[in-house]
Amino acid sequence: MLVNRKLILAHFWLAFAVFGFALTLGAWQMFIRSPIGTWLSNPELYYRSLTAHGTVMGYVFPTLVAMGFGYAISESALEQRLVGVRWAWTGFWLIVAGSIMALIPIALGRASVLYTFYPPLIGNVFYYLGVVLVVVGSWIWVALMSVNLRVWRKAHPGAPVPLAMFANVAGSYLWAWTAVGAALELLLQIIPVAAGLKATIDAGLARIFFSWTLHAIVYFWLMPTYIAYYTIVPRAIGGRVYSDSMARISFILFLVVAMPIGMHHTFADPMVGAGFKFIHSAFTALVALPTLLTVFTICASVEIAARLRGGRGMFGWIKALPWDNPMMLALAFSFVMLGFGGAGGLINMSYQLDASIHNTQWITGHFHLIFGGAIVIMYFAIAYDLWPHLTGRELIDLRLIRTQLWLWFIGMIVTTFPWHWVGILGMPRRMAYFDFGDPAIAPQALSVTFSAIGGFILLASGIMFIVILARGMRAPLADAGPYRFALAVHQPATVPVALNTHALWVALMIALTLTNYGYPILNLALSSGTSVPAVYVGAQ
Amino acid sequence: MSAEQAHGSASAEVAARVERRWATIAVIIIVCMALLAAFAGIHRATMPQPRVETIDPSRIHLSGEFVESNLGSVLEANGNVTVRAIGQQYSFTPACIVVPADTPITLRATSADVVHGILIQGTNVNTMLVPGYISEQLMRFTRTGDYLMPCQEFCSFGHEGMWGKVKVIDKADFAGRAKGGGRLSCVGQ
Repeated sequence: MLVNRKLILAHFWLAFAVFGFALTLGAWQMFIRSPIGTWLSNPELYYRSLTAHGTVMGYVFPTLVAMGFGYAISESALEQRLVGVRWAWTGFWLIVAGSIMALIPIALGRASVLYTFYPPLIGNVFYYLGVVLVVVGSWIWVALMSVNLRVWRKAHPGAPVPLAMFANVAGSYLWAWTAVGAALELLLQIIPVAAGLKATIDAGLARIFFSWTLHAIVYFWLMPTYIAYYTIVPRAIGGRVYSDSMARISFILFLVVAMPIGMHHTFADPMVGAGFKFIHSAFTALVALPTLLTVFTICASVEIAARLRGGRGMFGWIKALPWDNPMMLALAFSFVMLGFGGAGGLINMSYQLDASIHNTQWITGHFHLIFGGAIVIMYFAIAYDLWPHLTGRELIDLRLIRTQLWLWFIGMIVTTFPWHWVGILGMPRRMAYFDFGDPAIAPQALSVTFSAIGGFILLASGIMFIVILARGMRAPLADAGPYRFALAVHQPATVPVALNTHALWVALMIALTLTNYGYPILNLALSSGTSVPAVYVGAQ
Repeated sequence: MSAEQAHGSASAEVAARVERRWATIAVIIIVCMALLAAFAGIHRATMPQPRVETIDPSRIHLSGEFVESNLGSVLEANGNVTVRAIGQQYSFTPACIVVPADTPITLRATSADVVHGILIQGTNVNTMLVPGYISEQLMRFTRTGDYLMPCQEFCSFGHEGMWGKVKVIDKADFAGRAKGGGRLSCVGQ
């Protein structure tokens, strides 16, 4: 039962509105630094735009989707009215306030430090405070998810927690803990300097704190997508989840091993020794495990749907799938992009291979393919699936939805494949323009042009998405019935305590973070002489 | 137990078995990857920078390893070459690095202000410059010629203009130039 539809719709609408804004900036950035654009007379505008794009896409958009989806899961999977609705609205408005507070200094060119902060570069203090407000708003959601599950448990002692809620709460705990790294960096290091209380900062330590957040945040973005894989897709295409317990194990593994691996972002950095670099590399390999398990379970669940629809043969069943169903299409696209993006990810986290692509355009291509591609296309699918239940109106134009998904997939491939390629050629990231007249850079011009065209395909698809949802608000009324999640082939009557609660796994997540981060952080925090003068941005 | 239940539990067993097999394969793949990385790291010494060295960036121009007169390439007694460089907003010093081909080279670099990065295009040379820390990277060029060396990390508004160059010359040629001692670079050539 979805009671607080307004709350959920507010989260989704704000998420998709800021997404549309940041997507437009992204397309402009692709264009302006490509050979088809003209050079910017003021490159600083590019970095303003880049900061806004990253801040919105990294901190605001996925967080709002996770929150809105989380509230929807809590109410429909637990079949229980949301407890703490006022708090939920408080969280929402904190995010609104924080976003505005952060975007004003960005727009004024006072905080062009990119969403990764990069101290000793220091921007306007209100930028950082805005980001903190956004995170605090999302922490209210984390607390509410936990409270709602507890209320449900009291009413249903010993009963298996519905898979969707189990995964949703795991995702919220992951976010609560992974955000701590950036929060420590902001509160202990950056904000005192930005506010003028201190003039020096340890840039190496700041990079370690940020790496704590930087990797697991991706798994937080991924959670709604994985929840959709397991609990929405099989139902939407008429199948069953192959294994309920494997699903739970995957989510637990994400919770435990997504955290202590962030230092694979610092392989090329001088402030971490070889030992911790290797440990983090090995743990990053482990995080491939839940994804490999998921790929198996979801493919098997899809096969079940196909065979129920009369599919036969070793591969013949693929034809029997409901390909005109947007959910099926989105899943297939998502998996293709997850496959390519995941393979690229294995290269990035590799102890040796990373050096050949570190901080090149390959990296930008990689995370756009994973996040913008595999993850966001499922956000679209989630919105399409939930919309009729939230608005009480039908989404009629399936053809338009399919076109939108196709365009997003094509756009993402056209954008990111050449992007990876120029990365291999050694093109650095985050530059406002390139001198394509230089004979050494000229061979990259064609690839960059393709990427820019892909950016506009994505923009077109993004606009279509928003139009479809807006039209869905005015479609004729139709009762979509209660919102349901997929059932497992063997729906569990009881679940082992370890697969039904989070405490043990949260403890393990914290313990592993402390062992993998404790020494490097203490070592740098206690060593003197590594603090360097801050360099204020926009002051000149 | 009815026939249907028996069938159900049998199929559940098959499902669990297939699933276990896949999980085992996945674990084996991952263990192999980690072992391979460890082997290559230990046996062939291919690994990211292993040691941590610190330096005070507000004093690097006054004394020590990174004073201006010590920047550039130097031929060591054992025939190896050491290159010292710094990055600052928005250039490298020296802006053009000259090194010999087929020679083990140690690059030692740091930043004078914010975070920068050194990337030599067409090679695996790729390291961050973080103020307060010294970056060290081993390299060896097999091909003579000019390589572009962009800053690969955002370092504020002039980042797009921060491009250096690496000139790889013949070994004998380099030895000839290095005869007079001092620090070599190709700035202005």
